[in-house]
Order: sequence, then C-alpha cells, then structure tokens
Amino acid sequence: MIPAQFDYVAPSSVEEAVAALAEHGDEAKVLAGGQSLLPILRMRLNAPSVVIDLGRIAELQGVSEEGDHLVIGAMTTYAALLDSEAVNTHAAVLNKAIHTVADPQIRHRGTIGGALVHADPAGDVGAPALALGAELVIAGPGGSTRTVAAEDFFEDLFTTAVGEGELLTQIRIPKHTGWGAHYEKFVRVSHQWSIVGVAATVRSEGGSIAEARVGLTNMGSTPLRAKAVEVALVGKPATDEAVREAVASVADGTNPPSDLNGDSDYRKHLATVLTRRAVLAAAGA
Amino acid sequence: MTRINVTVDGVSYSDEVEPRTLLVQYLRESLGKTGTVVGCDTSNCGACTVHLDGTSVKSCNVLAVQADGHEVTTIEGLATDGELHPVQQAFHECHALQCGYCTPGMIMQACDVLKHNPDPSEQEIREGLEGNLCRCTGYHNIVKAVQQAAGAMSSQAVSS
Repeated sequence: MIPAQFDYVAPSSVEEAVAALAEHGDEAKVLAGGQSLLPILRMRLNAPSVVIDLGRIAELQGVSEEGDHLVIGAMTTYAALLDSEAVNTHAAVLNKAIHTVADPQIRHRGTIGGALVHADPAGDVGAPALALGAELVIAGPGGSTRTVAAEDFFEDLFTTAVGEGELLTQIRIPKHTGWGAHYEKFVRVSHQWSIVGVAATVRSEGGSIAEARVGLTNMGSTPLRAKAVEVALVGKPATDEAVREAVASVADGTNPPSDLNGDSDYRKHLATVLTRRAVLAAAGA
Repeated sequence: MTRINVTVDGVSYSDEVEPRTLLVQYLRESLGKTGTVVGCDTSNCGACTVHLDGTSVKSCNVLAVQADGHEVTTIEGLATDGELHPVQQAFHECHALQCGYCTPGMIMQACDVLKHNPDPSEQEIREGLEGNLCRCTGYHNIVKAVQQAAGAMSSQAVSS
C-alpha cells in the first residue's frame, strides 16, 4: 500500500518548522527518520494532510558536549549515535540499547528524537533516557523553548509532553562517565520489538554497587524508571544473590500489557529476571 | 507535485513526483529500475534495500522527496563495465539464492556490511543481514557468499 495524499513541507530551520506547525495545526504530522511514521502512513492508520519533514534542518543533527552534559540533536540517527565516541563514553547504556533497535537499515534512518516522540512503549530508547535522567528540550511558537525531565516527558501510550505546535529539538544527558551499562532485551525473533527490555547503568566502587539507574521497556503504557530497585541496589555487592534480592520487587506497581507474546504476569516475572541480568552485566559481574 | 533532483546509478534525474511516492515506487515505476523489488510492504523484509548516499536503507520506508538532492545506488548500478560486483559474483558462485526474490536486497545490504567491516565473522554477517529475510531460508549459502566476497574484495584491494 501507499500513503494517502498529503502536501509536503521541508523547512530548513527549527523556526520555519514551528511556523509550519502553527500554520497547519493538527492536520500536520512531523516526519523525523520516518521508520515508524511511513509504515503507519502506508497502512493508512493515519492520513495527515501535511507532512513536515525535519530532514533538512542541520541544527537538529549531531552530538556535542556542554560541560557535564551530552547534547544530542533530535534528528541524530541511531547509526550516528552508535558511531559517537562521546555517547559510548558518557552514556554507554544508550549505546547498548540502540544496538538492539530493529536492524541496520532502520538504524541508518531512524532518529532518537523521532523514537522518543513516537513514544511506543516497546521502543528501546525511552528506558535509557529515563535511567540517565535525560532532559528534553522542546521548541514552541515565537522562539520559545522549555525543558522537560524524562520522568515527566512520557505521559501515556504514544503521548508525550510535546504539545500541539511544539517540536522536540534536543536531548540533554548528564554524563555518566565510567558507569558500567547493559541493555537486556527479550525477543523471540530477530529485530522484534521488545517483549520486555531493561536498561541498567551502574557506578561500582570496590566490587560493590555505589549507584544504579534502571529503566524498563514495555512494562506499562510508558517506559518506567525502577527507583525502589535503584535504592535497594546501593551498597550491595555485585553478586547473583545480592542483586537477585534487590531487584525482586522490580515489577511491583507496574501494569504491563498482555498480548500474543506473553501475558502481564509473565512480563512481570520476565522483568525480575532481565533486571538481574542487566544489573549484573552493568556491574561487570 | 514536488520536483526532485536525484542521481540514481550514476545518472541524474529531475522529476515531478507526488509527495506520497515511496522511493521504491519511484525507482520501479518512474525509472523502470525493477531490479529493486517490494517484498513485504511493512519495512521488515529488506528486499527493497538500496544505498542512499552510500548507506543502506529500505526504499519502501523512504519517500522519493526525501531523496531530493541525494544519490541512490540500486542493484542495477553495482556492476561496472559488464563485470559483476564481487558480492554479486560470490552470490552466483556460492548458489546463494533459491527463488532469488530477496537477492537484490541481500546483496545491497551485504555490500553495506563489508563497507563497515571488510573481514566480518559469521556472526557479524548474520547480524548485519538481520533486516533481510529469505523466505526460502537459504541463509547458509548467503553467509558463505558474503565470506567469499570479503576474501575476494580484500585480495582485490591488496593487488590494486
């Protein structure tokens, strides 16, 4: 199938893109890398009358460092992030998660900003963004910008804090230099969406866990951060027994979906197993 | 309609296209380059893989208007002066196809794998071809062909 007809706008700056959004309102859909949007348009699950392509906006591309933060342009592709030494050094859990996204061709086109705003609960970049305490910079009308913490960004299934007329422009990530990292993703077949995924990043001191951050993929209508588990892990030795105990309650309070890949209880069990594996791997055990 | 200027297999084209036209549709229906095929229509199978500015993409998942100002290489642009590309030659010699439908995409993606990693392990080849499905399940010989092509390309690089 091919998409329904639409008009195409390709602005060359954020300012122009925001102006196009203001002009077309909810008739418009923003095109980032297109790896989720184009299948949706082809299957006619959505039929916007205008598509605003961000692909020509240079200021939305690339990774830079600002003091103790990494600044990632929303249109930076997965492939560019995998090639980024800065991401690998200062936000290793993001690198590990992106390695598992889809397949090479999709990673060449798909963008981190597109994935975050699409907010598929089975997508792999939300959990590391939460675990790393990312901040999302959103541009609005009249040159305004606001910054939203990752914890406040994901509102519901496919719904984020990016409002009508607004655009995600940057992802700012506090550097986690020297932190071990792992993304444990459970799938049945190659390049499947996560049935459950766990992003863990750990700062170790003398064989013990000094600090830990844990994000969960597909354990509810949004990615989740497992704060109680993070607290329980502090000071624990990186052993199977100690970590098993500390993460046992990781699924408490979650409401994961039931579908053909597994029911809700199964996902809750899976989350404890995957969290243990992810934390142990991140701690280098 | 939107005007696009795009170079495909070394030839420049300037065409009016509907914005909703997929790159694969443009290649097949406007340019007659039917060597690139549509397999699944859901961006899973990789049969439509082409290179956009030298990087592999699924051409059913790119709009033709997004290729404006860029360079596309299809399976039809790989051979030079009637000589098969080493990956094409290796697929031929290793019998790396059964029905052949996935072959154009497999070859284009194999070229991308070898560009980034000239000497991949079997595991790396399988991971590199993760986004390309062979419904005949003929993966064994496909992997063998990519290994043979890697050898041929590195000895070619040494001799030149």
